[in-house]
Amino acid sequence: MKSQPFEAVVRFHEGSATIDLQGEINAFAETALTQAYHQADAQNPATVVLNFTQVSYINSTGIALIVGLLAQARKNHRRLVVFGLSDHYIEIFKITRLSDFMDIYADETSALHEVKNG
Amino acid sequence: MKFFRRQTKPDEKSNGEPKSNDLQPSIPSSTRQVKPVEYEFAPNDPFLNYLISSPGVVTLEKLTMESPALEFMKNVGVKIVVPLVSQGELIGLLNLGPRLSEQDYSSDDFRLLNTLATQAAPALRVAQLARQQQAEARERERMEQELRVARVIQETLLPKELPELDNWQLDALWQPAREVSGDFYDFFEFPDGRLGIITGDVTGKGVPAALVMATTRSILRGAAERLVNPGEVLERANNLLCPDIPRNMFVTCLYGLLDPATGQFVFANAGHNLPKKCTSTSAIDLRATGMPLGLMPEMTYEENEVVLMPGESLLLYSDGLVEAHNPDGEMFGFPLLNSLITDCIDCSDQIEMLMDELGKFTGPDWEQEDDVTFVTIRRLPVLQPVAGTDGDAEGMTILADFSLPSVPGNERLAMEQVAEIVRTAGFPVDRLENLKTAVSEATLNAIEHGNNYDPAVPATIRVLKSADRYIILVTDQGGGTLIPDHVKPDLDAKLAGLQSPRGWGIFLIESMVDEMKVHTDEGHHTLEMVFILTSKDKQGVAA
Repeated sequence: MKSQPFEAVVRFHEGSATIDLQGEINAFAETALTQAYHQADAQNPATVVLNFTQVSYINSTGIALIVGLLAQARKNHRRLVVFGLSDHYIEIFKITRLSDFMDIYADETSALHEVKNG
Repeated sequence: MKFFRRQTKPDEKSNGEPKSNDLQPSIPSSTRQVKPVEYEFAPNDPFLNYLISSPGVVTLEKLTMESPALEFMKNVGVKIVVPLVSQGELIGLLNLGPRLSEQDYSSDDFRLLNTLATQAAPALRVAQLARQQQAEARERERMEQELRVARVIQETLLPKELPELDNWQLDALWQPAREVSGDFYDFFEFPDGRLGIITGDVTGKGVPAALVMATTRSILRGAAERLVNPGEVLERANNLLCPDIPRNMFVTCLYGLLDPATGQFVFANAGHNLPKKCTSTSAIDLRATGMPLGLMPEMTYEENEVVLMPGESLLLYSDGLVEAHNPDGEMFGFPLLNSLITDCIDCSDQIEMLMDELGKFTGPDWEQEDDVTFVTIRRLPVLQPVAGTDGDAEGMTILADFSLPSVPGNERLAMEQVAEIVRTAGFPVDRLENLKTAVSEATLNAIEHGNNYDPAVPATIRVLKSADRYIILVTDQGGGTLIPDHVKPDLDAKLAGLQSPRGWGIFLIESMVDEMKVHTDEGHHTLEMVFILTSKDKQGVAA
């Protein structure tokens, strides 16, 4: 077990931006996550998609960071959707009610399909 | 062949008359002048071939052949030569000048000389062999003495004593196949309490390997003093070793950094045997890729880490064990090593057990094929009751008891350590992620709120198990005041900016466990998390 530094990379699609998250979402992830969100936000996408496929760990501080992103997205009238969460973190998104505000998809294809047609 | 000639002149007391022993070897004395003359026969000199084939005394005056040796011998006054032949081999010459009486040698003289040669040749041969053996024995003794000194010197390069670490047991064995060895191990004690551990193996054995071993050890020591990360230490050592190491030689080496407080072992491997982590149920190979030292410069070395829980150990070893053969030619091998380790998980002396098994495998007449080196690092079980909690109830077994410095990120370490110990103890797999999140959040809470991220103040984690439950206790050094009742997080309020986005920790823990309690005394808070096993969970374990 080796601690994984967090990285966030933004990709743009028509009307949406996907942020590929990689590593552990904890206090150390704040700067990279915030910068990536601002980079995505600057292109004024209708939807921001968070890719959790490569995320190995989220702690309560990480949940707080995601709450912060959700608050910003709602303030700017952007939709926030996610995909690639493990069953355990889907459960945590439900417990915390994040899933009430963020649609959860299994993979990017289904997430983008819903973004395009939803 | 070398020709030796000794010229002897009668002493002044002699009357000049020939003596009966004129033909016997002259005995140097203070009263005689001795002038040895040396001449080396060319191997293809025809005179040499003539002497080998000659049946007896040879009168040089009668010989005519193109031979530098013959000409030389005539020039120095040799009149007759008696070849000394033993078992068909020319082993010496008996060279005589003119008789002191100036008379010619008679046929009786020739017979006497032939008889003498017949008897002298084997005696001379025996003397030559004895001298040769003495010389060889002296040379052997000299080399053995040098090797004994080399071994003493090499032993000074190994740790004179093993480091003493509370709650840890360290053992090491170094058994060269010859006087000196290419195997080595070393320990570096760092001021922050961490311990650097090296085991290495130079290709080959004996003196060449020992010389490279000494160089490698010095380079590694230098690198470990300057750098922290094991991968960087091996990278630097490799770059320094590459220009100087003899061709076709290289060094396999494992360097690990052990934190005795947490059991964390960070390691990098330059092609050495995979270290084995020995748990209560299995032996696990610890992998990290990297080329042996000395083969190619600018190599990088992968780093990995594991945590040794109380009762677990680490086995580092060279290939002298697994590559040993029995009289039937079968190799000791890894399968046997693995089964021995798992059959003897609780061995207090793993090295003694393995050496006994090696002896049984190879038999009493085994000539050790390669150097054998072991280092074992065992974290001793710490069993202490936990007062004031359900954990001191009868029937609870303490699976783990360890402390971590209060630094960011260690909550993840605690999570992995506890997950590993309960997984091997049979904790239901489908609830493992819940347990991990609960332990991580409880430890984060202790590190952040209880201990204020002070690295000198530890968070303590204890894991207990009974027939129907697991209890995990996380203790900080805060205490004194009660942990305030947490406000249930309200996501709507948080999104509206009415609540901090944070404050999820205790809520998450409560959501993950069956019971949660907080105990506070003057110096500590202990967060107790209980996972109750259902009948389904118990059936899963039994199955």
